Amino acid sequence: MSRIGVFICHCGENIGGTVDCARVAEATRAVPGVVHSVDYKYMCSDPGQSMIKAAIAEHRLTGVVVAACSPRMHEPTFRNAVAEAGLNPYLCEMANLREHCSWVHEKGEPTTAKAIDLVRVMVEKVKRNQPLQPIQVPVTKRALVLGGGIAGIQAALDIANAGHPVVLVEKSPSIGGHMSQLSETFPTLDCSQCILTPRMVEAARHPNITLMTYAELESLSGFIGNFQATIRRKARQVDEKLCTGCGLCTTKCPNKKIPDAFNEGLSTRGAIYVPFPQAVPNKPVIDKLNCTFYKTGKCKLCEKLCPTGAIRFDQQDELVTLDVGAIVLATGFKLMGTDQFPEYGYGQYKDVIDGMQFERLASASGPTAGAMKRPSDGKPPETVVFVSCSGSRDRSKGVPYCSKICCMYTAKHAMLYKHKQHGGKAYVFYMDIRSCGKDYDEFVRRAIEEDDVAYIRGRVSRIYEEDGQLVVMGADTLQGGRPMVIKADMVVLATAVQSQEGSEALAQKLHVSYDPYHFFAEAHPKLKPVETNTAGIYLAGTCQAPRDIPETVAQASGAAAKVAALFAKSELTREPQVAVVNRQPPPVFSRCVGCFLCQSACAYQAIEQEQIKARDGSVIKTVARVNPGLCQGCGTCVATCRTKAIDIQGFSNEQIFAEIMSL
Amino acid sequence: MRIGYFPGCSLLGSSREFDESVRALAGAIGLELVTVPDWNCCGASSAHVLDHKLSLALPARILAQAEAAGLDEVLAPCAACFNRLSSARAELDADPALRTEIAGILELPYQGRVRVVNVLEVLDRCQAELQARMVAPFQRKVACYYGCLLVRPPRVVAFDRPEDPQSMDRLLALAGAQPLDWNHKTECCGAAFSVTRTDLVARMSGRIVAGAAKAGAEAIVVACPMCHSNLDLRRSASNALTGADHQLPVLFITQALGLAMGLDPAALGLQRHLVPAGPVLSGAPALAPQPAARTRP
Repeated sequence: MSRIGVFICHCGENIGGTVDCARVAEATRAVPGVVHSVDYKYMCSDPGQSMIKAAIAEHRLTGVVVAACSPRMHEPTFRNAVAEAGLNPYLCEMANLREHCSWVHEKGEPTTAKAIDLVRVMVEKVKRNQPLQPIQVPVTKRALVLGGGIAGIQAALDIANAGHPVVLVEKSPSIGGHMSQLSETFPTLDCSQCILTPRMVEAARHPNITLMTYAELESLSGFIGNFQATIRRKARQVDEKLCTGCGLCTTKCPNKKIPDAFNEGLSTRGAIYVPFPQAVPNKPVIDKLNCTFYKTGKCKLCEKLCPTGAIRFDQQDELVTLDVGAIVLATGFKLMGTDQFPEYGYGQYKDVIDGMQFERLASASGPTAGAMKRPSDGKPPETVVFVSCSGSRDRSKGVPYCSKICCMYTAKHAMLYKHKQHGGKAYVFYMDIRSCGKDYDEFVRRAIEEDDVAYIRGRVSRIYEEDGQLVVMGADTLQGGRPMVIKADMVVLATAVQSQEGSEALAQKLHVSYDPYHFFAEAHPKLKPVETNTAGIYLAGTCQAPRDIPETVAQASGAAAKVAALFAKSELTREPQVAVVNRQPPPVFSRCVGCFLCQSACAYQAIEQEQIKARDGSVIKTVARVNPGLCQGCGTCVATCRTKAIDIQGFSNEQIFAEIMSL
Repeated sequence: MRIGYFPGCSLLGSSREFDESVRALAGAIGLELVTVPDWNCCGASSAHVLDHKLSLALPARILAQAEAAGLDEVLAPCAACFNRLSSARAELDADPALRTEIAGILELPYQGRVRVVNVLEVLDRCQAELQARMVAPFQRKVACYYGCLLVRPPRVVAFDRPEDPQSMDRLLALAGAQPLDWNHKTECCGAAFSVTRTDLVARMSGRIVAGAAKAGAEAIVVACPMCHSNLDLRRSASNALTGADHQLPVLFITQALGLAMGLDPAALGLQRHLVPAGPVLSGAPALAPQPAARTRP
């Protein structure tokens, strides 16, 4: 027979001002199974908690209902108190008299009546509560970071510095990402390479970090604390151990006309190449699509020249399987190409470039060594037009979202151009200037006021070439839509930030949600910004949404802190409110008939197939089993199950029906 | 093949040659044009600035009549008619309550079953039939001028690429012409301001003509009566304004194709233009064999 204690909280005036708490306590006393019912001003306070503990001992309570605020707020408080009194904490439940009653209703008889109902309902539930034990899951204390840009580097360093091993996987031959391509960074104009390359080296040398460049995630299985990741290490055709990075092969490769991706196609490279001089690792890789040997079967000049014999034409891709406990996704972004804009020449005008190409032109390590020379003929451009929001905030032809970084980098570009080309004219066409951030607006004002950049509020309707010059047609909407026609030598389109190539496939591989634009989705937009909806997988940087370097670094450190917290214990404790599949004595064994509809309904891949075997090893029945490490307790499988063979612990069908029947 | 036909007012007046050439071409390729019974004005550029519901009811009445006549599609050669009919249909499709209200105003059943198509769409579909009839390749360098109403707003008309349309270029390449890559394909011609602000229209259409001439065009090809009128009828004004003497003829796409199919220039209404089409009718220097149509991503 149940012996339930009910504790009604006034929450000061919050509940007591609207609900007659004494009446609720009195009415509850009459409910069968309730042996004790009291009301008190602040139940969460120390005297309130002591009152509960004392009552448990005095009345030998088998269950506790605290009628107070939302369980979101104080369920852990009261469950701890109950546990201290020796009762299983999961035998304590809360009836929400505040958010569900007093805050949303007027003072009066019906409000008190509803409060009584809410308490009665919860009493019926607690009568049927079973003692539960938290679930313990072992944790592999090794993290996998996917993506070696600034986000991945930062996350890897922070986790490694917390003392945990990290595997940093980067798909290209070097870590560094987009940041290594930038010239200077806003709002301080410090050189991007100067601040990034030391971090790259630090990551490579860190004893806790294993670097896997030119590698990609092949597949992933398992769950939080217990993932198995298979990594494909693509063949570089170069033995990394033997190669000294002398660079002889790269200078002698007879193939010289391959567009250099690091320089955004503004220069060329050979078929064996190091992406950039500061690459980490500084080891070349053979571009098999363009290598003469792979195309014709002849050449191998690099092999003949290599002083250490490091060239390996027979090297094959290698699959490596790793056990990891947590994953940080830091796979970055891509820029929309200039060929996406028919009105701006469809990418056919050489001097209409995107923001990243401008970065390379302005960079000291770029194809012009930082001198302002336009791509078509190498002449210094005397008039440059910058077009922000090219594709961003454009519902009809581009993406509806704001790419966030363009306002700032466009101001930076215009400024860098003016610093390099003193007599030059710089125009910026903009919709709004979004410069929220520390020292950001001051930076934009500096471009306008000190560097004399002409900002025109309006959009560019068309760019075309006439007599060897680009004609930019736009409107100045601050002057009543006055048409503007500017003859320019170069145009820089601040094209939209888009999700990285292959993001959708990767998200599906990892069972991580993504938005319509294939950016990975955070678990909660405000309160869980670095978590995904898959436990143990975290987000850093622009794979989640467009963001700048400071934000990316902050988010990467946030993700690393989550990983470090996960790794702080060797076992993971999880709330036991997970689904369980019914088990019965023979000959039924389980109500589950093995249809596995639940398996297809489960969003978390938590349902496995389990064989019930006889003593001789023969399979009697195949039934569903819920992996408690993966289950999030959402209840979808319960609703799907045709034979009612699944229940959520602490939220069984029986309990819910008992609650309803009490009304 | 059978298709509904909505000529609209321009094709009975200032652009008779468009009507004549559409009919001539349709006859040549065996396309039966069924004129929408008892059709009315589409509302053109006036109705939608006067009264929103009027601007919907006028096109809806045309579509309702076509529906009643059992037609699935209506060809509206005039780009403005095409645009008004498409816009009204899209708006009524999206709002069932409004559709019911407009049907009530019309006192006609209106289901929204009839699709509206422009002349380029229909010709694009009949490429095989057109190709089979080509006898006299139209070996000219042409500037295809699309204007605004055929391709905008993209969400409503859902036709071709709004900033760099290609359908007319494709058709003319089929006829043996060399469509040029030029800068003013969709620039505004000044449209209905032709009457109230002829000076503005002269300037805007003059820029288009100059652009075509600069690109080396021998003719401008259009598929819109308004564009045609601004580039042809306003030529003396634009020439006077710019001081140039551009004598570049402006042809409807149906006329250019008709010539390539060996149809009688008079049947195509080529004598009706103010800028004489003579130079492109005969005695032209032969062009290189038909160039491949431009392909872009």
